[in-house]
Amino acid sequence: MSKSRDVLTGEHFLNGDEASAEGAIAAGCRFFAGYPITPATEIAERMAKRLPAVSGVYIQMEDEIASMAAVLGASWGGTKSMTATSGPGFSLMMENIGLGMMMETPCVVVNIMRGGPSTGLPTLVGQGDVMQARWGSHGDYGVIALTPSSPQEAFDMTIEAFGLSEKYRLPVIVLSDELIGHMYERVVIPEKKFLPRIRRRKPRKAPGEHLPFQGGEDLVPPMACAGEGYRLHVTGLTHDEMGYPVITASAQERLVRRLCDKIRRHAGDIIRIEEEATEDAEVIVVAYGCASRTARESVHMARREGMRAGLLRLLTVWPFPDGRIRELAARGVKGFVVPEVNYGQIAGEVERCAAGRDVLMVGLMGGAVHTPDLILEAIKEMV
Amino acid sequence: MRYKLVDPEPFRLGEFKQKIDETHGIHPDDRYLKPGRIPHIWCPGCGLGIVLSAFIKGMDSMEVAIDNCAVVSGIGCTGRVAGYLNMDTYHTTHGRAIPFATGLKLAKPEMEVVVFSGDGDLFAIGGNHLIHAARRNMDLTVICVNNFNYGMTGGQAGPTTHIAAKTVTTPYGNCEYPFNLTHLAYASGAVYVARWTSFHARYLIESVKKCFAKKGFKFIEVLTPCPTGYGRPNRLGSGLDQMKVYRDNSEIRNDINPMEAESGLNGPIIVGEFVDREKPTFFERYTEGVLAKASAG
Repeated sequence: MSKSRDVLTGEHFLNGDEASAEGAIAAGCRFFAGYPITPATEIAERMAKRLPAVSGVYIQMEDEIASMAAVLGASWGGTKSMTATSGPGFSLMMENIGLGMMMETPCVVVNIMRGGPSTGLPTLVGQGDVMQARWGSHGDYGVIALTPSSPQEAFDMTIEAFGLSEKYRLPVIVLSDELIGHMYERVVIPEKKFLPRIRRRKPRKAPGEHLPFQGGEDLVPPMACAGEGYRLHVTGLTHDEMGYPVITASAQERLVRRLCDKIRRHAGDIIRIEEEATEDAEVIVVAYGCASRTARESVHMARREGMRAGLLRLLTVWPFPDGRIRELAARGVKGFVVPEVNYGQIAGEVERCAAGRDVLMVGLMGGAVHTPDLILEAIKEMV
Repeated sequence: MRYKLVDPEPFRLGEFKQKIDETHGIHPDDRYLKPGRIPHIWCPGCGLGIVLSAFIKGMDSMEVAIDNCAVVSGIGCTGRVAGYLNMDTYHTTHGRAIPFATGLKLAKPEMEVVVFSGDGDLFAIGGNHLIHAARRNMDLTVICVNNFNYGMTGGQAGPTTHIAAKTVTTPYGNCEYPFNLTHLAYASGAVYVARWTSFHARYLIESVKKCFAKKGFKFIEVLTPCPTGYGRPNRLGSGLDQMKVYRDNSEIRNDINPMEAESGLNGPIIVGEFVDREKPTFFERYTEGVLAKASAG
């Protein structure tokens, strides 16, 4: 491994955690602040070794609260920055993730989900943080969360997460899980010239003329960072277009609606789903992350037995693809089978859009993933 | 779902600019103050204005470039300092100014990064961050305005409240021991530690100047009156009365071991420059001990 290269073009045998770290560096991330936590430590370890070699900064903070705060500070210093954690650490990061939403700070948070609540199953898989990723910090804001289902996707989606965070100015969550994080597979890293490197838009207006929190056409304000002469005030308080604190209902209405709408309005651009055999399917399996790997096998088994099953895989869980679920429901599918390693967090979203069609959630509380037979049984039940 | 939303009042840039034209540029310190942000929200008799002025004077006399300086605050009365200074300022979450400043400093090592916050913010909810930033010798100046209570929320007791002092949450008198902030900062590794009161404005300016000239984790504690939150329940009188107490009870003892530097409610208040020592900063050690090896390897 050549240490000075930021993009390790070639074929590798990596686990999902390592692939996430490589994806971050390939995307231009040069600051990592974190705190050791199973099963995300391999990301920190890889970053501790690799970031200094590309002149970046790796720092182990005193806890996850500090890690998230440092990531925001580094981003305002103009550096692409990231942290990685698992459930308990994700909980601790929530307040500063909210600050990142309010300050519109681009950065990436990788959560390698394990079984919860509380200390739960540190070394075993879970998918119980889906709703926390959506609503974990208090108040209203738009969210983007990507769900890789292989080490290759952990690499690709971490790059994509940086692109989305820079484009829409918010912390973007890579919602991976222990199974993907610890699974070793082939990862192909393309040549640097083929990788997107998206940077936050800079203000065109001079200091004094630039309104740092005015959204414009796409609702995303251009971002001036520290030391660039704009002398911004950036606050977690409700603020006006100048960034100054204004404690009124109208300032809140303008700001918070924009924070939500900048994601809602671009949901079509952000949402990524993958479909297999859904054209004629009467049963749609909706799955993401670790559960989607088994779900694919179950759909193949069902097809072999002559059942018309299809797979809708979520590559982004947030924003949720309401529109596509509604289309499938309107087309007259019998229903949706939703396997996930929690008690129905995405199944509820599917039901919300299913217009009364049958929804069968196949839930495991964590520690193991579904067997193909378990999901196949559910498909049979619905057919 | 269909939506029915209200049309909020728009941002009126014209009115905002008019306010700046009418209020900004009159005071000599205005080039350091954000246009349109004054008057501030602090109570009459509060010491924060003096500390802010001392900071500006120190910065001015050291000729620190405004665009090369960032100020980070937490939450509380002192947390509002950031919003008044005309530079890159960040008003973060409660207790988290230091780790935010750590990230900012590491991304922009050439900038001066100053943390301005209160005793509750820095030593209760943010205490862990303070000791670890001091341990790492992170190149930050931390100015802690200590008013012995949570002023913004209405005068509750905190980690600096004196024994037996009354606050709205210690109606029978406080039964907890307070921190000696300078001792804690020193023991955690700070390379510069000073304590002043808002009465010692000129000494405070000199300390601010020293911090701008020095690398590493620098800590200044400034005792200030809080006539609204702390003065009233403890019958300490007005802000001016408190300044008289600071004048009469303070004793300057430079180089005293911070462990022995008392600051009682009615007893002596030991002030001065307690610690001034040299130690490589985090970034220096990271550059020499990590970056150099990683790029050579």
